[in-house]
Amino acid sequence: MLDKSPEELLDIDWTPPARDWMDPHVDFEARKGTWSYPAAPKNLEYLGFPNPREWSPTDEDWKLPGNWKQVVLDGMRERLAKFRSFKVFMDICVRCGACADKCHFFIGSGDPKNMPVLRAELLRSIYRRDFTAAGKILGSLAGARELTPEVLKEWYYYFYQCTECRRCSVYCPYGIDTAEVTMMARELMNLVGLNINWVMEPVANCHRTGNHLGIQPHTFKDNIEFLCEELEDATGIHIEPSINRKGAEILFIVPSADYFADPGIYTFMGYLLLFEQIGLDYTLSAYASEGGNFGLFTSHDTIKRLNYKMYAEAKRLGVKWILGGECGHMWRVVHQYMDTMNGPADFLEVPVSPVTGTRFDHAASTKMVHVCEFTADLLRHGKLRLDPSRNDHRVVTFHDSCNPARAMGLLEEPRYILRRVVNNFHEMPAETIREKTFCCGGGAGLGNDENMEMRMRGGFPRANAVRHVHEKHGVNLLTCICAIDRATLPPLMEYWVPEVQVSGLHELVGNALVMDGEKPRETDLRGDPLMRPVGEPAETAAAEGEA
Amino acid sequence: MRFLAALVATGLLWAVAWLGAGVLGWNWLFAVAIPYLALFLFVAGVAARVIGWGRSPVPFRIPTVCGQQKSLDWIPRDPLDSPFTAAETVGRMALEVLAFRSLFRGSRARLTPGKRLVIESDKWLWAGAIAFHWSLLVVLLRHLRYVTEPVPALVGWLEAIDGFFQVASPTLFVTDVVLAGALVYLLGRRVFDPRLRYISLPTDWFALLLLLSIAGSGISLRYFTKTDLVAVKQLALGLATFHPVVPDGIGAMFYVHLFLVSALLAWFPFSKLVHMAGIFLSPTRNLANNNRARRHVNPWNPDVEVHTYEQWEDEFRDKLIAAGIEVEREG
Repeated sequence: MLDKSPEELLDIDWTPPARDWMDPHVDFEARKGTWSYPAAPKNLEYLGFPNPREWSPTDEDWKLPGNWKQVVLDGMRERLAKFRSFKVFMDICVRCGACADKCHFFIGSGDPKNMPVLRAELLRSIYRRDFTAAGKILGSLAGARELTPEVLKEWYYYFYQCTECRRCSVYCPYGIDTAEVTMMARELMNLVGLNINWVMEPVANCHRTGNHLGIQPHTFKDNIEFLCEELEDATGIHIEPSINRKGAEILFIVPSADYFADPGIYTFMGYLLLFEQIGLDYTLSAYASEGGNFGLFTSHDTIKRLNYKMYAEAKRLGVKWILGGECGHMWRVVHQYMDTMNGPADFLEVPVSPVTGTRFDHAASTKMVHVCEFTADLLRHGKLRLDPSRNDHRVVTFHDSCNPARAMGLLEEPRYILRRVVNNFHEMPAETIREKTFCCGGGAGLGNDENMEMRMRGGFPRANAVRHVHEKHGVNLLTCICAIDRATLPPLMEYWVPEVQVSGLHELVGNALVMDGEKPRETDLRGDPLMRPVGEPAETAAAEGEA
Repeated sequence: MRFLAALVATGLLWAVAWLGAGVLGWNWLFAVAIPYLALFLFVAGVAARVIGWGRSPVPFRIPTVCGQQKSLDWIPRDPLDSPFTAAETVGRMALEVLAFRSLFRGSRARLTPGKRLVIESDKWLWAGAIAFHWSLLVVLLRHLRYVTEPVPALVGWLEAIDGFFQVASPTLFVTDVVLAGALVYLLGRRVFDPRLRYISLPTDWFALLLLLSIAGSGISLRYFTKTDLVAVKQLALGLATFHPVVPDGIGAMFYVHLFLVSALLAWFPFSKLVHMAGIFLSPTRNLANNNRARRHVNPWNPDVEVHTYEQWEDEFRDKLIAAGIEVEREG
């Protein structure tokens, strides 16, 4: 846990310093706690990435390759030619400042280079100098800077201090997307060996074992069997999900944290209960055992390398379509990249719910459906019996995870489910939810321990909104549909609002779901005792702005 | 410093025009040669920029989604902030270009003394931007009076509406006041908001000072330092029909105005002002959110090294068999 107190952290000054932003110097020694450790050489070697070596950001010499400048500038030229987004976003910013206070890292740190406009200028200034006439002639008058090792160090600090949440892009009059700029900057840094281990180790693990955590197939099976035993204790229902089973109708892919770590495991239990109850013909895969994709935080090629397994495994097993679990950046990849990169998935069928007969035409090409879409459809057709009072010990608010909100527009499906499985649901303020939602502060590979101060700072706007509904409505559970959230929000809550716990949505579904042959439930899936009917009338879900 | 550089540059432009046309009398240069050159740079430059952007493909469909997606039929979706069809995407773009929809989301963060974060609606930037852009458009359309004969009816109507408040003679145009006021506001926020001051480049100041100079010299021409409008129209029509003539009797202030406009046109394609064209090519706004329904093709989709199932099974075969997970090959 962080040794600085919340009061110390909130001593924030949003007024920029006297020092000109074009000065790239970063004091890594003084800023420990706000940056991530470099990638271990073994991970880069395994993946075939350039310049594997031992080094530290606090070193004077970062051991860049001899031709580093040429490599970076050539890389930039190549990407300007391949991505219209990059080129347009380098050219059209007017520095209107609409984005300035939209970044959670700026709000929580006051560091002016965390204003999205300046984060992009760090790269744009180099672009101007080497790729535009005005920058070549007018130099700093036109906002151009020379690429130096100091600038690369500054990039390392600030482009691994962006969670690619895309909130700024919502407010930008031209839709300039800092995530896109950060992705380009990270690709360029990868070319000369400036990467962080919290990204590259999961990538290397995922490439080899099939999941970020490096869980091998026999352990994968053990973990799931263990969770099923826990499930049986809580519900009396015995479940044996199949693994790598050919001929199943549906391949179900979840983020690996869901079968590995608290509180994701309770979400996983919720999925299993639901599928058992409706008799779904599905299989898990130990090869495609990762929904998430840390390639998104590395490079476009790496996204494709890791994402390849989903379609490949669906084809090998001969399933009809793919169902995906609750995960944020996984769904950015599945929704916006997968079909383009590894499609067309012409060996699959347009997904149809075997229970309701609903054809998911909006996924007609990708052939992959979000579990919230699937469950909302079940509920709409009245296929589930629910006892929301089993969640009465929870007063819930919903955190829109960045990517399902801003990459997909998956806003109502989870709320529809939530309102049916809990009796106490309260929204956070409008400026902090839906497409305007605030990041957890630890996405895009930044959710590591050495970066804890920056995580607590970046997560402050989210925590502040949770504290608001905690004080106003007694909220004690923050529900989300993202595995990174489920890993990063618990420490964030512990730091800012310790009374609030974190859960996935299908954990609450699992609690409320009335199953055939279940034993009377004494506890929820976590083993916490249920609040049995006390005098207090539960607030009805309908009161909370049923749209 | 940055502000000073922009101020000096703008001042120089004034001085050049005043000296060249007003004192030295190089009228042909300032009335014909420079405007034509500027116009050429503007057209060719903007075309080159747009073609340059267009040459880079759009490998992925990456809209920033700002509303409910199309999924289940019974969930009301948001066609303008999460467009699914081409028509809806055009609608989103129209709203963005004509009404500055994204700026309209404007808010301002504030920390209370008790260190609570409060985010409040703040539409001032939106209002300033809308006021500036729309009044500039009307002013430009009104200028059609000088380059057309007969003058289109549209111009007459615009003038009638714009001059609704007949408070002085000549009739005061509302857009003149709004344009200048909006520019002063936009300049003022860059001066007085420390964050904006910090992010502003010399070219940001220059753009505003140049536009203010153009507006100022134009207003001056209309209301104060009046010039021979018949002569101006003769010049403008000559330019527009590619039969340039330089009549006598045009005051120095007009040449200043024309030169500043020329400077703006010539600089436009090389500056941030190309956002006017760039907005139409922004992939987070001009693409539909229908990724899972319709496949988007990347023209350079690369082959990458992957870890195949066979490689994976080879590495873990013993463990798979021991765990009772079905394998493709037993050994």
